Amino acid sequence: MKIMVAIKRVVDYAVKIRVKPDKTGVETQNVKMSMNPFCEIALEEALRIKESGFASEVVAVSMGPSQCVDTLRTGLAMGADRGIHVDSTATLFPLSVAKLLKALVEVEKPTLLILGKQAIDDDCNQTGQMIAGLLNWPQGTFASKVIVDKEKQVATVDREIDDGIETLSLDLPAVITTDLRLNQPRYATLPNIMKAKSKPIKKYTPQDLKVEIKSDLEIIQVTEPPKRKAGVMVSSVDELINKLKNEANVI
Amino acid sequence: MVNCNWKATFRFITHSPKSFFQRRCIPPSRNPTFLPSASTSEFLCLGQRVFPFFNSLSNRVDITEGCIGMPSAVLRKCYGSTAGLVQRNPKYSTLNDEDVSYFEGILGKKNVIQDEERLVAANTDWMHKYKGSSKLLLQPRSTHEVSQILKYCNSRCLAVVPQGGNTGLVGGSVPVFDEVIISLSSMNNIVSFDKVSGILVCEAGCILENIITFLDNEGFIMPLDLGAKGSCQIGGNVSTNAGGLRLVRYGSLHGNVLGLEAVLANGTVIDMLKTVLKDNTGYDLKHLFIGSEGSLGIVTKVSILTPPKLSSVNVAFLACKDYIICCWTDQNCFNTCDVLMELKRLEGKLLQEAKRKLGEILSAFEFLDIQSMNLVLNHLEGTRNPLPTMHNFYVLIETTGSDEAFDKQKLEAFLLHAMENELISDGVLAQDINQSSSFWHLREGIPEALMRAGAVYKYDLSIPVDKLYNLVEEMRTRLGNVANVVGYGHLGDGNLHLNISAPQYDDKILSQIEPYVYEWTSKHRGSISAEHGLGLMKANEILYSQSRETVQLMASIKNLMDPHKILNPYKVLPHSFSS
Ligand SMILES: Cc1cc2nc3c(=O)[nH]c(=O)nc-3n(C[C@H](O)[C@H](O)[C@H](O)COP(=O)(O)OP(=O)(O)OC[C@H]3O[C@@H](n4cnc5c(N)ncnc54)[C@H](O)[C@@H]3O)c2cc1C
Repeated sequence: MKIMVAIKRVVDYAVKIRVKPDKTGVETQNVKMSMNPFCEIALEEALRIKESGFASEVVAVSMGPSQCVDTLRTGLAMGADRGIHVDSTATLFPLSVAKLLKALVEVEKPTLLILGKQAIDDDCNQTGQMIAGLLNWPQGTFASKVIVDKEKQVATVDREIDDGIETLSLDLPAVITTDLRLNQPRYATLPNIMKAKSKPIKKYTPQDLKVEIKSDLEIIQVTEPPKRKAGVMVSSVDELINKLKNEANVI
Repeated sequence: MVNCNWKATFRFITHSPKSFFQRRCIPPSRNPTFLPSASTSEFLCLGQRVFPFFNSLSNRVDITEGCIGMPSAVLRKCYGSTAGLVQRNPKYSTLNDEDVSYFEGILGKKNVIQDEERLVAANTDWMHKYKGSSKLLLQPRSTHEVSQILKYCNSRCLAVVPQGGNTGLVGGSVPVFDEVIISLSSMNNIVSFDKVSGILVCEAGCILENIITFLDNEGFIMPLDLGAKGSCQIGGNVSTNAGGLRLVRYGSLHGNVLGLEAVLANGTVIDMLKTVLKDNTGYDLKHLFIGSEGSLGIVTKVSILTPPKLSSVNVAFLACKDYIICCWTDQNCFNTCDVLMELKRLEGKLLQEAKRKLGEILSAFEFLDIQSMNLVLNHLEGTRNPLPTMHNFYVLIETTGSDEAFDKQKLEAFLLHAMENELISDGVLAQDINQSSSFWHLREGIPEALMRAGAVYKYDLSIPVDKLYNLVEEMRTRLGNVANVVGYGHLGDGNLHLNISAPQYDDKILSQIEPYVYEWTSKHRGSISAEHGLGLMKANEILYSQSRETVQLMASIKNLMDPHKILNPYKVLPHSFSS
């Protein structure tokens, strides 16, 4: 059984996001880029499934500019067996990514496709659902627990929903998207970083996969959230009451 | 429904880096329950022996003991240091109502604090080891106000203690008796920042972390970073000449501080707030205020040279079998034993190699031993061992440079080389900022973990790197299983933090440690205070690291600048010299 994992290169989530002066997007020049945290969780889950003997290979896929190879190397250092890079400098919206993944699924024929539930840059939360629709595979989104039964060819997925935990049983092949509490990803150890250097990364272009990249969406403007006004210190209870009454009009 | 769910989760994840940063620093107001069982040990200690104690009658403090004791009616102290016996100097006046009114006149009622609760916090040091009994906390808002306060105190012979963030580790920032506390917290404005030169001018009460954030937005960094950044102030940093985590790269504050403004004991304002890099006009007196722990004047403004922020930072957390490998230098070859002879074949030595191979990008080289690691893993939530197994030593290496691909390649080549030569037995390389923060947290969290583990005897020593860990091992042999001896520190600077952790403060343990640690350090021509200063804890131990003549000159300078000795009395200089 083979598992395919999609990993995205995004602005590191500890970096303070700055909007470009022309409001066309966020600044990515000279900004630390890392693997999307939810994708890290997806990869970790794939590795754990492999380590428990239910899978024989984990293939990591990343799409975007050439630096995605760095993200793939991180994935390989965590333990993925091979990498696939879909080289594209065009902006990739979820539907394009889903189409590219579908083409790769047809080549690689994985039994399980695991993705992060969303990427922290555009917060779309769509790719997993779209690829499941395109492939007509069952989907378990926001997974907080995954158990694979190799005999029965079934994946049991727990999802955290407002009312509690929902448990789904998915016939394989299936798509799973991961939530934050699914697992704690491992670190890349030095011996594994060294080993990752010789693991293969195959490169495709969208043309190779016969997918036309066109944007179905147009970004009109990106703006920063309004700045919070600085607080004031009140010196007495009376002043506070006065402000609540007359300025905030809440009492 | 589902939508709400992911929103909630996402909020969690976007907030976590912040909490990481918060964990990297000291919370500004510390929850008392996090502090060690100081109070229990206080009373235990009290029960053990009767010592001359400080109360309104005897005005004496015995500091030969292991802890503080403060029963309700009588204040009695016993510190974790054999600093000797200090008595309240009767020449200092006692605070009266007129004094308070005078201060209220210049500062306004709001900034003259007599509130019990706030005084308890200001009287107690970070470790809960030193406790004064001051009745007054002043919060000046300007240099002029500081000057007025000091002028008055000098004329009245009222002793004062300057206080910054109160994170000092040698009992320097809290009163010993009833000294008036002058807190710089309200002087927290950035005065100017020059984006071309990177020269920052700010008031002394600016919290280090706030300056770091301010500079980050401007594309610069502080040349100084330390675990207490969330609470400590730049004035306190300058006054203790704090070293910290970046010294190996940017050097000490004696190099980075370009100028300062200070108020002398008699209220005279000395303006040395230079913003030029070079200035050879006479004696460079600013240096007297850097590291003099508030004993020569109160620092009110600082001008500091800040380096530009570089985009590429890498952090590696490495494991070594043996300390000797962390730092190995050639002399060690003679410390025969088969293992060492075996090691002799190794061509590299991690620290030397790092300096040589990472030279221009190396920005930190820190170490911790397995005992420190265990403490952190046991006492700090959310920590985990980044490596699959435990190792005897860990080294944290940080590089900072301007080209991510180049730096990473360089670091990886270095690490590969170190692995091949068995200088390191395992290691991890942070893949994102969150991972870097969690590696840093393991190192920076040690003081806090120690605090939670119980009583702690702290020693901050400069020792030639190759001998540095011998002391930890000797202490372990000396103390057997009565205490947990841990070693960590700024290996790149030859700075060991030797910490001895015990369930409670205990004379017997103390007598096994002091003066042995000081003698050992002195014998190896080290310093008994690498970066924390002398404060009250080590005022009487200065002769282990300075000659009598040097200390005599220091005492003369003190005499000249503060003839009534109102500034931070009983600290820094030996009591025999300063009275
Ligand atoms: C968790 C932790 C980690 C630490 N790590 C390091 C480290 O890596 N390197 C290091 O060097 N130190 C370290 N320290 C100790 C360090 O000395 C202090 O954190 C810091 O430099 C003191 O700043 P502060 O504002 O808290 O000063 P305080 O503790 O308030 O005062 C320290 C001394 O300076 C005097 N002082 C304070 N402000 C002024 C002023 N404006 N004018 C004149 N005198 C003044 C005080 O009287 C006192 O003698 C650490 C402490 C903690 C708690």
